[in-house]
Amino acid sequence: MDLSAINPVLLVASLMVAATPLLLAAIGELVVERAGVLNLGVEGMMIVGAISGFAIAVETGSPWLGFIGAAVGGAILSLLFVVLTQVALANQVASGLALTLFGLGLSALMGQSYVGIKPPAMGKLDLPVLSDLPVVGPILFSHDLVLYLGIALTAAVWWMLKHSRAGLILRAVGENHDAAHALGYKVIRIRVMAIMFGGACAGLGGAYISLIRVPQWTEGMTAGVGWIALALVVFASWKPWRALLGAYLFGGVTVVQLNLQAAGVAIPVEYLAMSPYIITILVLVILSADKSSAPASLGRTFHASH
Amino acid sequence: MKFTSILATAAIALGLATSAMAQDKTKVGFVYVGPVGDGGWTYEHNKGRLAVEEHFGDKVETVFVESVPEGPDAERVMTQMALEGADLIFTTSFGYMDPTINVAKKFPKVKFEHATGYKQAENVSVYSARFYEGRAVQGTIAGRMTKSNIVGYIGSYPIPEVIRGINSAFIHARKVNPDVQFKIVWAYTWFDPAKEADAAKVLIEQGADVILQHTDSTAPQAAAQAAGNVITFGQASDMSEYAPMPRVSSIIDNWAPYYIARTQAVMDGTWTSVSTWDGIGAGMVGIGEISDAVPAEVKAEALALKDALANGSYHAFTGPLKKQDGSDWLAEGETADDGTLAGMNFYVEGIEGDIPN
Repeated sequence: MDLSAINPVLLVASLMVAATPLLLAAIGELVVERAGVLNLGVEGMMIVGAISGFAIAVETGSPWLGFIGAAVGGAILSLLFVVLTQVALANQVASGLALTLFGLGLSALMGQSYVGIKPPAMGKLDLPVLSDLPVVGPILFSHDLVLYLGIALTAAVWWMLKHSRAGLILRAVGENHDAAHALGYKVIRIRVMAIMFGGACAGLGGAYISLIRVPQWTEGMTAGVGWIALALVVFASWKPWRALLGAYLFGGVTVVQLNLQAAGVAIPVEYLAMSPYIITILVLVILSADKSSAPASLGRTFHASH
Repeated sequence: MKFTSILATAAIALGLATSAMAQDKTKVGFVYVGPVGDGGWTYEHNKGRLAVEEHFGDKVETVFVESVPEGPDAERVMTQMALEGADLIFTTSFGYMDPTINVAKKFPKVKFEHATGYKQAENVSVYSARFYEGRAVQGTIAGRMTKSNIVGYIGSYPIPEVIRGINSAFIHARKVNPDVQFKIVWAYTWFDPAKEADAAKVLIEQGADVILQHTDSTAPQAAAQAAGNVITFGQASDMSEYAPMPRVSSIIDNWAPYYIARTQAVMDGTWTSVSTWDGIGAGMVGIGEISDAVPAEVKAEALALKDALANGSYHAFTGPLKKQDGSDWLAEGETADDGTLAGMNFYVEGIEGDIPN
């Protein structure tokens, strides 16, 4: 065992990178579920975002345009979910699953000619003095900007839900769509916007994997992150900061356990491998002891005539 | 109950009908563990499938299902293929072993071929390649090239095939560089680019400047490229898009000749259950071009080893070798028998850490 081989600064820095795709997708889904819609298509939107962002970044040479493309791609795919569940009033669970399957297939098709290509590198934050600080520099001030965007987005969503009128309306729609409708709010319109926001966030999360974390395009490369994001939203009791905590915990324990393995720590590898799931669930379950419950209208179909 | 039995009958009838219709064509099914675009393991199996199609043209029809999890779902996929009239089914991952045996019992007339496993049956053949021969070549290059004397190894699952590869690479790295150490990380997945990239990054952060992988995607290559002075080896496929650096060589699985021969055997009615385990000599394991990033004398040494392995004058597991606990395994000049290799569940002397159970 040689724990000194682990560099704690690099470890914290890389756990933030590992957590970001999860965080982006979870924040998006959180808003969707707060509006009363259960979209199980996160994985599908992520992978489509991953290839859209990758393709656009490669074609234009700009990772920024890639990320914008990824958000647009994820949002466009979520429109399919909108048509199915908000217009055709189909079952949300089935539609979400279909969206994931469709997204996986579509992305494989779109990505045919992008296997083995290296995407343009994303610039990192480089502040003159701050980035060079010994410990704080690498951890706080020298990441790619999308990572900060993830944190900023969490703060923005928290503020929006808690302190803004728009957030109040969104929550009203999610808690009781009939009452919200009776008050004159456009339930469907609000939900459509929430779903598209969720799609855009999932797309960003996917592109973060294909453009920064890995960086390359491989079929099926999100490998289940979307499902973890979905679970995270539930365990985070639909609260943005808890989603951030959960994402960092999950990403963190994943990186830590690999580090411990490489350093030869005498803990059976099986326990290490399952630790991200167990620890994240445990912490969030303990936190959710305050009995915050799911949005009351979650997963229910709304029709104005009912 | 009644409804399901009607359904089942209908499904069987449908299967019979399609198989009757397609009698002139031999139908070959493939079950893949990853997507065909993984750039590694599954990509090569799919190349084998395409080679079968090209070789037999209209006489054959191939079907495949990709990204099939190792478990009950695999059984469902195989059953489906058999019901749809497949004559020969290749199941291309270790974890399909028991599902293959189970499904083969239900369809005695369908031939099954399971890759990298060890359970045979009347209608189940097993086939694998001696990847450990390629690992010996990699180990030699790794031992010569490393400056930090730390070689990182990304394992998938602790199964004999992976352990064999680790041992073979380690033995040959130590042979040319007595100070070399292996750091082994188990990813517990065959295919998860993000996790594979994380594992590679962790190993690099902990000082490794050579990364060997036994997972299927090219993500570790990308991570090594981003890190700079780290070398890697293509796994299962050439991965030449990462040459000359970080990828300095590769193990290439060449399944096409085997797939064509077995399909031919089914057509001729000469198919019997066999156990095939071929290496560099028979062409099932290829060594990808060693790039210019490797010094000429190291390259020559690696190629000489490759030739010795190919013509049988040298075995990758030749004594004296001890097990990790210090007990004797092979005496001077003795070589390992296939039985021990097939079930290998121990590290050789010098590797640190335990194999997960």
